[in-house]
Amino acid sequence: MIELEGLIKRFGDTTVLDGIDLEIQEGEIIVVIGPSGTGKSTLLRCMNFLERPDAGRLRIGDLDLDVTRARKAEILALRRRTAFVFQNYALFANKTALENIAEGLIVVNRWPRAKAHSRAHEILERIGLAEKANAYPASLSGGQQQRIGIGRAMAAQADVILFDEPTSSLDPEWVEEVLGLMKQLARERQTMLVVTHEMGFARDVADRVIFMDGGRIVEQDVPSRLFTQPRDERTRDFLRKVLANQAASLGPEGSHSRGEPDNGQDSIKETP
Amino acid sequence: MRELDFGYMLELFPILLRYLPLTLEMAGAGMVLALVLACLLAVIRVLKLPGLNALTLLFISFFRGTPLLVQLFLFYYGLPQLLAFLTQINGVTATIMGLTLHFSAYMAESIRAAIVGVDRSQTEAALSIGMTNAQLMRRIVLPQATRIAVPTLMNYFIDMIKATSLAFTLGVTELMGATQKEAAGSFLYFEAFITVAILYWGIVELLAWAQRRLESRLGEAYRR
Repeated sequence: MIELEGLIKRFGDTTVLDGIDLEIQEGEIIVVIGPSGTGKSTLLRCMNFLERPDAGRLRIGDLDLDVTRARKAEILALRRRTAFVFQNYALFANKTALENIAEGLIVVNRWPRAKAHSRAHEILERIGLAEKANAYPASLSGGQQQRIGIGRAMAAQADVILFDEPTSSLDPEWVEEVLGLMKQLARERQTMLVVTHEMGFARDVADRVIFMDGGRIVEQDVPSRLFTQPRDERTRDFLRKVLANQAASLGPEGSHSRGEPDNGQDSIKETP
Repeated sequence: MRELDFGYMLELFPILLRYLPLTLEMAGAGMVLALVLACLLAVIRVLKLPGLNALTLLFISFFRGTPLLVQLFLFYYGLPQLLAFLTQINGVTATIMGLTLHFSAYMAESIRAAIVGVDRSQTEAALSIGMTNAQLMRRIVLPQATRIAVPTLMNYFIDMIKATSLAFTLGVTELMGATQKEAAGSFLYFEAFITVAILYWGIVELLAWAQRRLESRLGEAYRR
């Protein structure tokens, strides 16, 4: 189980996370939605200590951190328990697909090379990229790169995988294959915390959807309720804009899992 | 006007070749030492180590801001007057010292730029899977920084080979010094200096060829 308590993060005078409390059960799939600049990504980055939170508690399994006093060894331990999938893939450009997945096992977990490579091969099979084992990131499509990014996170065998807008940088044609892989992980009950604008994914896959605004969790619920009967005015407002935008970009018969603007920006511009 | 004395040039060639090893030794030693020093300076700059960073900036500013010839004269003729133990210094050592300090200042900046030029998100990815700073430097950042830095570093090496010719002003009989002596004996200045020019040119072209091969090997991961 994962527990956040009173997590606060400031950038200068701006409070980006304003006391986040969150419990995540093992095997739970949580999607975080909300307008841009409300701290969704920062929340994920704080859980991995890519940003150091200013206050709060973080509990993952037997690891219990007061973030203000976290030492180096504890931060490393925390990172080993939380894997991260980046919006821009962030694959190691000097390493092949296989090496990208095996790297952490070799360097961090100190596995022998052969064992790490054989595990990486298994993962490549699972993400459907076995034939790309020796390809470098530069020669792969965005969708393939992101699937390898997810494969790298899978290899870490972390307690939770944190997805930071995993499809926002992708050309529309690659979005489906990445979402497909994420759905596959969800079926295997991989604990996931996903920041995304893919409302269709949230509706179909999430056990719980969290709406964030102004650095706080405004409301959270199962998707069937949150999408149809949002309690807070801000949630209603956000959903109205996003869903109208998606409908407008898709036409009446479009699949709801597609149709996010592919420029990585938030889809909350006013509809005409 | 007289005709070119090709015969003399052909005779001169093997004589000058005997001095090539010394030239290459000075450049080689200078390059290795300059690389080590430049890496140190670059890391100090990237990590902004307190105190050392300011010193490094001053060092780079001075050795980039003054002519190499002035620096060589300072080491060979000037410093021994202040520091008695330096009176033992010979021209070759002074040249290697000068080349090292001078070129490390330039190279430090290009190595720093190469390290900073490695996509920051890859550093974050390495941290996110639990790598330490040392591990991510060694496995992810430095291999890629090397590739970025190689073209400029090779340029400095080429420049350094040519700069060894200044050693002749410190009384070292290297390629240029030997040419000067030969020319003074034969009075065939054009032939002598065009021969040595061709020699330098040939070495540099050889290096440029090696550089292209190295770059293509390092660029393997980046072909689309």
